[in-house]
Amino acid sequence: MSLEKPEADEAVVPADDAEDIAALLGENVIGREEHVNAPGFVVRPDAVQDTLSTLKDEAGYDHLSVVTAQEYENRYESIYHLKKYDDPTQEVSVVVPADKENPVSESGAGVFTTADWHEREAYDLVGIDYEGHPDLKRILLPETWQGHPLSMDYDQDQPQVVSLSEHANPLQDDYKDAESDTMFVNIGPHHPATHGVLHLKTTLDGEQVADVESDIGYLHRSEEQMAQNGTYRYQIMPYPDRWDYISAGLLNEYAYARAAEDLADIDVPEYAQVIRTMGAEMCRIAAHMLALATFALDVNGDFTATFMYAINDREQVQNLLEDLTGQRMMFNYFRLGGVVWDLPEPREEFFSKTRDFLDQLPESVEEYHDLLTSNEIFQMRTVDTGILPPEVAKDYGATGPVARGSGVDYDLRRDDPYGYYDELDWDVVTEDGCDNYARLLVRMREVEESAKIIEQCIDLLEDWPDEERTIQANVPRTLRPDDDTEIYRAVEAAKGELGIYMRADGTDKPARFKIRSPCFSNLQTLPEMAQGEYIPDMIAALGSLDIVLGEVDR
Amino acid sequence: MSSDQPFITDDSAVLTETRDARMGAERGDRFNSRLREAFGSSPFILTKFDKFMNWCRGSSMFMLQFGIACCSIEMMHTYAVKHDLDRFGSGVPRASPRQADVMIVPGTIVSKFAPRMKRVYDQMPEPKFVVGMGSCTISGGPFQEGYNVVKGAEEVIPVDIHVPGCPPRPEALVYGVAKLQERIANGEASPVTVKPYELEQFSDLERDELVDHLTDEIDEDDLVMRYNFADSP
Ligand code: SF4
Repeated sequence: MSLEKPEADEAVVPADDAEDIAALLGENVIGREEHVNAPGFVVRPDAVQDTLSTLKDEAGYDHLSVVTAQEYENRYESIYHLKKYDDPTQEVSVVVPADKENPVSESGAGVFTTADWHEREAYDLVGIDYEGHPDLKRILLPETWQGHPLSMDYDQDQPQVVSLSEHANPLQDDYKDAESDTMFVNIGPHHPATHGVLHLKTTLDGEQVADVESDIGYLHRSEEQMAQNGTYRYQIMPYPDRWDYISAGLLNEYAYARAAEDLADIDVPEYAQVIRTMGAEMCRIAAHMLALATFALDVNGDFTATFMYAINDREQVQNLLEDLTGQRMMFNYFRLGGVVWDLPEPREEFFSKTRDFLDQLPESVEEYHDLLTSNEIFQMRTVDTGILPPEVAKDYGATGPVARGSGVDYDLRRDDPYGYYDELDWDVVTEDGCDNYARLLVRMREVEESAKIIEQCIDLLEDWPDEERTIQANVPRTLRPDDDTEIYRAVEAAKGELGIYMRADGTDKPARFKIRSPCFSNLQTLPEMAQGEYIPDMIAALGSLDIVLGEVDR
Repeated sequence: MSSDQPFITDDSAVLTETRDARMGAERGDRFNSRLREAFGSSPFILTKFDKFMNWCRGSSMFMLQFGIACCSIEMMHTYAVKHDLDRFGSGVPRASPRQADVMIVPGTIVSKFAPRMKRVYDQMPEPKFVVGMGSCTISGGPFQEGYNVVKGAEEVIPVDIHVPGCPPRPEALVYGVAKLQERIANGEASPVTVKPYELEQFSDLERDELVDHLTDEIDEDDLVMRYNFADSP
């Protein structure tokens, strides 16, 4: 049995539903499209706000996953991928064409705050001008960059000049306001608390954060361009490993595999599904362990103890993953239609190693609870700091542990099932605290759920009959999905909804490859959590978001 | 020390006793180092001061806590349990460049980050050393074709040791660090980069179309880095 294919059909809103939506939107709609995942409505470029707010308020599409921008021969286009938090299988795409000569369309940032950053990215990389956007400027590339790299006439070899002036000296007079005592401080891009190369432009009022603006793009490695230059079959798969590089590779590979398999109509053998599910959950444990380790470093006085324990646990998962895939971090283990090779021989040894790891896991989780969650200092730092109310989280498109820590019950593994997840017995973890503490608790409890999933997979794999161990479906060497098919598909990665939009143009490479990164949206919530709080609480909030810059910047 | 032991005032006796304890029959393994062997039974060594300094330098390296991309995760693992870089006298990452003398560059360098990296490098006191970790710091690695990627750390700063891999395993990084120590102990200097991108004042740039175009946006005396992507290898 294959789980991939039937979903693809179910995910499309039934025809009369689409008719209902068309009726609801009235004359804003100037055309219709059919994407593999959802019906698409082409709307007038000056009716974006109206369309989005109608869909949000009257049809319940309250989750703007991503805004994809692209350039065609004769026009520009932005696609707003909408979903429902309650039922992510209900999707709709709002397609907004813009003029080739003068690409302007209305901004949707007034309806969904998350559109703010997504539209800035679209402006930066593709060059569409969003009218009515609160602050339309480059987000990933330096301000002085020339041209829009994902537009058609961009010349990659042209020289560029990048300035260092953005790094103003915090002690300079003009950053100190004599009357109100506010002060401007740069945090990053080289700073231990920013978990990589993030730059926070912080304005302080005394010790409190008056305003914080994230300046990202210090790790913008042109991942989308790389994927657009690669062939579907083999050349794209290594890149997902490098998006969320906290050993969460298999989870990212799952995103690409799922999208491409649905696009090209490939069935995955059940045996491979189980291996994929198991590997992906191992990665989730590794990723959450690092989140915990670095969070402890950020927040807790006892510097390295927790870090070392967590790294020790990670080493053990990485050993298992290395046995399975042959690499510690950059696995490149999935193939379209399955996985590259079977479990390592001798299988018994792999199973027993995995069981050993799972057996000691509850004990080490208990240890973390002793060290961290029941630690008074830790609680003082995290309980009731960094508050993110559920409505705000939804408005910003937050997903993953960040949303679930705010009580938003949204997990694609259950709500939009893929792989083998819906055959297994596990629970979605949510916490209602909405604070830094809750987000950490979610991660720690998710580790236990992942362990449950792995255990069931191991049981299944152990009893799997020899002759049915098919690890790959029969997939042609070169894949050429039909011209003009479009798909947006997401999976639940370690940090939340990791989605991929692809448009095929009949060749063996995607014409547009867009990555919806959970961290990008999660990071956008930081000002909400930090404003008015003390600086250390902002650092704690940033740590609890668990961003990874490779995925924020792509 | 137990209290009934007599208090020794003759300090040559103390020296002799200590040395005997270390060198004598009952010396513990913990004193059994190569250094002790080199010293033999005499507490003096004769060496050139330069050599001694280089040896000290290599044996106590202060690394810069510097994370860029995927490679930095493996770098963290190298510092942490199991691989424990501290065994090689180089395990304490310093958060400030002013306290560090070795910089491991763990990841992809993009156009926006290169000027900052250069700045961090400049802030480190001399003598300073750089270990390039991963393919990205050699050539841009998997992202070499990217529109925004600097094709290797050597375009920006001099690099002493390149550790290849994507990412290099912790063992490989440990080997790279050990090699660096060897080089330092031998007093070898870092190679000079061929065609580095420099930080310079905007007004010093050669005027061309691009520079003219940017005059409104950038201040005369702002520091800038100019990328000539067409000339990159
Ligand atoms: S060399 Fe590989 S692992 Fe290292 S930063 Fe580059 S892409 Fe990441």
